[in-house]
Amino acid sequence: MNTKTAKRKNLSRLAIWTMAWTLSTALATFGSLFLWEGNKVLTALSILLNVGIGVGMVLANRQFLEDSDELEKKVQLEAMALTLGLTLIVGIAYSIMDSTNLIPWDAEISFLVIFMGLFYMVALVFNRKRYL
Amino acid sequence: MKNRLRILRAEKKWTQEDLAAEIGVSRQTINAIEKEKFDPSLPTAFRMANLFECAIEDIFQYGETKS
Repeated sequence: MNTKTAKRKNLSRLAIWTMAWTLSTALATFGSLFLWEGNKVLTALSILLNVGIGVGMVLANRQFLEDSDELEKKVQLEAMALTLGLTLIVGIAYSIMDSTNLIPWDAEISFLVIFMGLFYMVALVFNRKRYL
Repeated sequence: MKNRLRILRAEKKWTQEDLAAEIGVSRQTINAIEKEKFDPSLPTAFRMANLFECAIEDIFQYGETKS
């Protein structure tokens, strides 16, 4: 299998796992509210399913990185390192803003997840422009 | 790191795609190496030296990489 085909296959696999994880997150979040209304066993099972699919998604991402060529690895790993560092800094600052009542609302984890996703995309675009 | 990759590739009349396929990297990686934006790993440098039947020093000369 050549590099392009392997990359396409790994990307498809990663996309499927990511989609499955997103759907299982929605199921775990909204299922207990609208589908089985507070049934703790089903809620626990949906969370278990969500974590299991999440692990699959992480492994698919690792496989994608392992099979990527060295420049793609560098681009991805730099973007990940920047995202991880900035998420830590922004997350702690956001938490302090909440605990000191500098912001009138509660600090939500979803804000951090959105920040991570957006920043990772920006870092990828920046790195691709830099190297490619 | 400075390199003579573009010259060596031109001598063989290979495209970046041809060289990338021989070495087992992407065309973008070859392009980034030729533009001196990216230094290849040691195994890739050895594969290039083997392919062009020369020493690594005949392809790469130590110096600052453009960024």
